[in-house]
Amino acid sequence: MTEKNVVTAVRDALHDEMANDERIVLLGEDVGARGGVFRISDGWMAEFGEERVIDTPLAESGIVGIAIGMALHGLLPVAEIQFADFIHPAFDQVVSEAARLRYRSNGDFGVPMVIRTPYGGGIHGALYHSQSIEAFYAHIPGIKVVVPATPGDAAGLLRSAIQDPDPVLFLEHKKTYRSIKGEVADGAYLTPIGVAEVKQEGDDLTCISYGYSLHLCLDAAHRLAEDEGASVEVVDVRTLAPLDVDTIVSSVRKTGKAMVVYEDNRTYGAGAEIASTIAEQALFDLDAPILRIGGPDIPAMPFAAPLEHYFMEPEPDHIYARMRELARA
Amino acid sequence: MSDTDTAEGTEVADLEARLSIYRMMQEGRLFEERARDLFLQGLVKGTSHLGIGQEAIAAGFAAALEPDDLVFCTYRGHVHTLLRGAPMAALMAELLGRATGICGGKGGSMHLTDVSHGAMGSYAIVGAHMPIAAGAAWAAKARGTDQVAVCFFGDGTTNIGTFHEALNLAAVWALPVVFVCENNLYMEYTAIGDVTAVEHPAADRASAYGLEPILIDGNDADVVHTTAVRTVARARSGDGPSLVEAVTYRHGGHSRADPGKYRPDEEVAEWLRRDPIPSYRERLLAAGADEGTLDAIDRDALAAVDRATEEAREAPFPDPDTLETELWADGGSAWRN
Ligand SMILES: Cc1ncc(C[n+]2csc(CCOP(=O)(O)OP(=O)(O)O)c2C)c(N)n1
Ligand SMILES: [Mg+2]
Repeated sequence: MTEKNVVTAVRDALHDEMANDERIVLLGEDVGARGGVFRISDGWMAEFGEERVIDTPLAESGIVGIAIGMALHGLLPVAEIQFADFIHPAFDQVVSEAARLRYRSNGDFGVPMVIRTPYGGGIHGALYHSQSIEAFYAHIPGIKVVVPATPGDAAGLLRSAIQDPDPVLFLEHKKTYRSIKGEVADGAYLTPIGVAEVKQEGDDLTCISYGYSLHLCLDAAHRLAEDEGASVEVVDVRTLAPLDVDTIVSSVRKTGKAMVVYEDNRTYGAGAEIASTIAEQALFDLDAPILRIGGPDIPAMPFAAPLEHYFMEPEPDHIYARMRELARA
Repeated sequence: MSDTDTAEGTEVADLEARLSIYRMMQEGRLFEERARDLFLQGLVKGTSHLGIGQEAIAAGFAAALEPDDLVFCTYRGHVHTLLRGAPMAALMAELLGRATGICGGKGGSMHLTDVSHGAMGSYAIVGAHMPIAAGAAWAAKARGTDQVAVCFFGDGTTNIGTFHEALNLAAVWALPVVFVCENNLYMEYTAIGDVTAVEHPAADRASAYGLEPILIDGNDADVVHTTAVRTVARARSGDGPSLVEAVTYRHGGHSRADPGKYRPDEEVAEWLRRDPIPSYRERLLAAGADEGTLDAIDRDALAAVDRATEEAREAPFPDPDTLETELWADGGSAWRN
């Protein structure tokens, strides 16, 4: 076990995978000579060579398209999109090509590709460096969407993503990069894609979350336990597509109450999918309506400190307050 | 850069116009230096992309535009927006995230916009604004308004699809738009030559769209200005778009967090010597400008920046209630059906 933050866990796992498998190539803007804006691949161009650590032109559609072609023909590309907000020019390549090639070739070939990108707000990134993009892609069958929250999960899930025979969008919440630390097991362990984890056990209500929001939920749950003795079960979905319905539903059956918390715009987001799944499969186990807390329905995170803060936390302790309400209900 | 134009042999503007260009460069420089200081003091959060070193392009073009012309720029857009005539205090307040900011604090450094002065936005998705500028030019043409759109972008932008799409459309439809590539030799941390198939990222592509290759010294305000006058006149007279590549250099790093260490020391030193402002001052003195006039311009520019800073620092932060305003045309954000 070694204590690491999220960005170090990502870097170490990616590095070890690259050292172990020559088919893995890294490509993206500034990933080579500079080592990426978050310095994840610092020094790797010298270590692995310019054929494996590739500085691309500024062209997201091209980056993803090239990665798809590499993946179709024997390599294991890990494409980096510098910030998730910049992936949209590549939407077509992901949705129309990467997600469909296996299906449309009737299994003749597939796209073993990873797209890594930092997402999420709370770091003063303003309108174009803060976005949550998971819902767009989780909607598309044929692409897996992974949203780790802890260093240990980031490492284990990234290895699984690289070894996965199908395309994976790997979303790293950039506010967790340095602020979230945790123990990471040594060795090249794999954390399976599509399996949620109960991060904290409890009996009174189930709180389902992912990414940076998960930590806000864990924090609220701890405080609620101290303040009122409430016992909250916190489920980290870890991957949005495929979604681990069993873990979610069995937790809700046990506690009888459910809340879903996420930073992305509330409407048509992950919360809608999770809440409706619970309603379909566990409605008669519920003692209270499902609570859905998402980000405000505005098109981007604004810049000014009070506005950004209000986006992330619309009322003081809002997760805590609403968790308490639900626990008391 | 033997193949770029120089001031020699070019017909330059009269002294008064050149003094005005000097004033614009100086205001831009002092504004940027102040922005940098405020960032360093922690008064501005997040990041910023300064145009220090690149002011001659903004000033040379600004001086060639009519008040109702339309300018589209990038996240490196403080100077462009300022020189359209946007109020300096409101720009400074936006950087500080205040309620009196030009976008009410919603945008910050990267997204300055002032439609009333034809500052049609600073765009942070690289290349996104190029077709948009072409579309505005189409509208101006269709409506017969006689306006010209000018679109500034970086060298790195020439490799994304929207650059090529916009140029083709503008050429096919002979739109009144001038595309200005501010080639500062770097796409963020990567030297542009390492990721581009041609030596001159914009000029070498002009022929692909049937346009004249225009490669100029972007640190020579006279050259920029005469090029601006010529290309803007061409657009206004209905002869179609131009693509200008103005070679320049940013004195600092790409953004606040970047010390710019990937650039060779000699290269930085060479470009600091080619700072567009001191040389222009020398040139104006040689052309008969009065030293006292230039000093007064410097003093006034600094005083304006001081006043704007004071005003911005005293301004209140936005009310959190504004988070959900202005999503729809009615000012609100409620579902409407
Ligand atoms: C579509 C998109 N991809 C990536 C980025 C991240 N990014 C911001 S600026 C930049 C480099 C742009 O270089 P250039 O066009 O030369 O402009 P400069 O910053 O030099 O003025 C990059 C890669 C972005 N903002 N948008
Ligand atoms: Mg550049």
